[in-house]
Amino acid sequence: MAKWRGLALLLLVALAVLVAPWLAPQNPYDLAALDIIDARLPPFSHASNGPLTYWLGSDEQGRDLLSALLYGLRISLLVGVGGSFVAFAVGSMVGLWAGYRGGRSDALLMRLADLQLSFPALLVALVLLALLGPGLSKVVIALALSQWAWFARLARNEARSLAGRDYVTAAHLAGVGEIRILIRHIWPNALPTLLTAWPVQLAAAITLEATLSFLGLGAPVTQPSLGLLIANGFQYLLSGQYWISLFPGLALVLLLATLNAGADRLAKV
Amino acid sequence: MAFVLRRLLHGGFVLLVMSLLVFVAVYAIGNPVDLLVDPNADAADKARTMAALGLDQPLFTQYLHFLKGALTGDLGHSFIHGTPAVTLILERMPATLELAVTALLLALVVGLPLGLWAGARKGWPAKVVEGIALLGFSLPTFWVGLALILVFAVVLGWLPPGGRGPTIEILGIDLSCLSLEGWRYLLLPAATLALFKTSLLIRLTQQGTVRALAGDAVRFARSRGLSEARIVAVHVGKPLLTSLVTVVGMEFGSVIAFAVVTETIFGWPGMGKLLIESINTLDRPVIVAYLLVTTTLFVILNLLADLACAALDPRLRLGAEETGHG
Repeated sequence: MAKWRGLALLLLVALAVLVAPWLAPQNPYDLAALDIIDARLPPFSHASNGPLTYWLGSDEQGRDLLSALLYGLRISLLVGVGGSFVAFAVGSMVGLWAGYRGGRSDALLMRLADLQLSFPALLVALVLLALLGPGLSKVVIALALSQWAWFARLARNEARSLAGRDYVTAAHLAGVGEIRILIRHIWPNALPTLLTAWPVQLAAAITLEATLSFLGLGAPVTQPSLGLLIANGFQYLLSGQYWISLFPGLALVLLLATLNAGADRLAKV
Repeated sequence: MAFVLRRLLHGGFVLLVMSLLVFVAVYAIGNPVDLLVDPNADAADKARTMAALGLDQPLFTQYLHFLKGALTGDLGHSFIHGTPAVTLILERMPATLELAVTALLLALVVGLPLGLWAGARKGWPAKVVEGIALLGFSLPTFWVGLALILVFAVVLGWLPPGGRGPTIEILGIDLSCLSLEGWRYLLLPAATLALFKTSLLIRLTQQGTVRALAGDAVRFARSRGLSEARIVAVHVGKPLLTSLVTVVGMEFGSVIAFAVVTETIFGWPGMGKLLIESINTLDRPVIVAYLLVTTTLFVILNLLADLACAALDPRLRLGAEETGHG
């Protein structure tokens, strides 16, 4: 039972995010639907005009926080999955190729990966975003570029040990081309290890995106992710209006804890 | 000696590569003149500013000029403050270092005993501590900062929500940790920064302890009738120490990186807060100076960690390359 609880929660989040437009009481991006009179209302308040109830309160623009949270979760997940997937794809390709081929290209690529890994991913992403400028696609690029080296390292070690297997040698002797050996023999056998490692990096990517958005360098104001929602509420936190930061914050932590617990379980299998 | 030399050369190489990467990345993109000069200024005004900042030279000339400057500790003047960028960074470095070192010590003091305890005992203590560590991994640093501010500054009102408070100067460096009032300001940001590292240390210590206790050395020591305290100190503590030195050396870099977040939340006047301000104003010399100063710091720390490990474990001194073992 306990085994499936985490997965069920993740599926629930995925579902909520998919049907957000129907689930959310309000379209948080439709500025015409917002009423500034309703700004910063505490949870369970009723809208001054209209039937709406702000179950989780409203933010400084009178936006329903539950709706903003559902849409923010959507952006956080989208950017996190996108960034870590690109990192996964690029990193695995580079790593498998380097590990299988060996020699000088392997040494060069892995030196590069090591150099990057000796730097905290946050610093790498910060500097990249400072250079690339704002925008969600830029965040995805920054996440991918700060995580690829990690996948490359892992894939390289996998490929290195697979390259010495008998079936690879046999395929090589049978005259099978290098690309074909990589695709047919190395890649499928390295995939389970790489996939098991993915959830950890997904959680890391979501955390990184939230941190960057919190610092004002990630998601744009028009498409606030959870990190930016939390940042928006920060200035009101000190005057006791806790809900604007608190609820997006809880959503983020719940998501990350589920992912990390799942990753832990995967790693032990 | 050859070991030290090799590590030194490697460190120098890393710095050189970094200087090139940072320079190309930061200087090749974007034009700060657009930000600095009044939008209504004519082309001649712009050209004059470009020339004054050396931005009209070819990129390669700019790099050589930059490298020559870097070696003499001159990385250009801040576009915004007009003062040397390196001075700006170095002025704020003590505040960041104080925060980072306090956080690391806090993580060690809390994480080591908890990890040892959870590793030596099975059953519920291990489960509880594991759960705490997992939670600590899942909480983003900025979130922890906000939660601590909400609880200890807003609701309870025990500690200030930000700022650095009073400092006491010693050997020309301002420190908060010398006065009780200073600690009131230092505690929350340091705890924020420490939580993730505490979780990491708990996990590593726990795993290391479990592994060491299951090993032959401990079984043999037990059968010889050694006291439990001695077993823990010699057969668990020593192997742990080597891996911990490496981890602390490596993690210090990430503590410095996450100080950027913590300093921004708490308004702590360190170099991380300066970095965010400089990114927002496209103050390139300061960004470059920050990256090169922190890289130098990382290289030195890694070197020290390597040397400490070699001192603890003679096998490392021979070097993997010479003996041919991976």
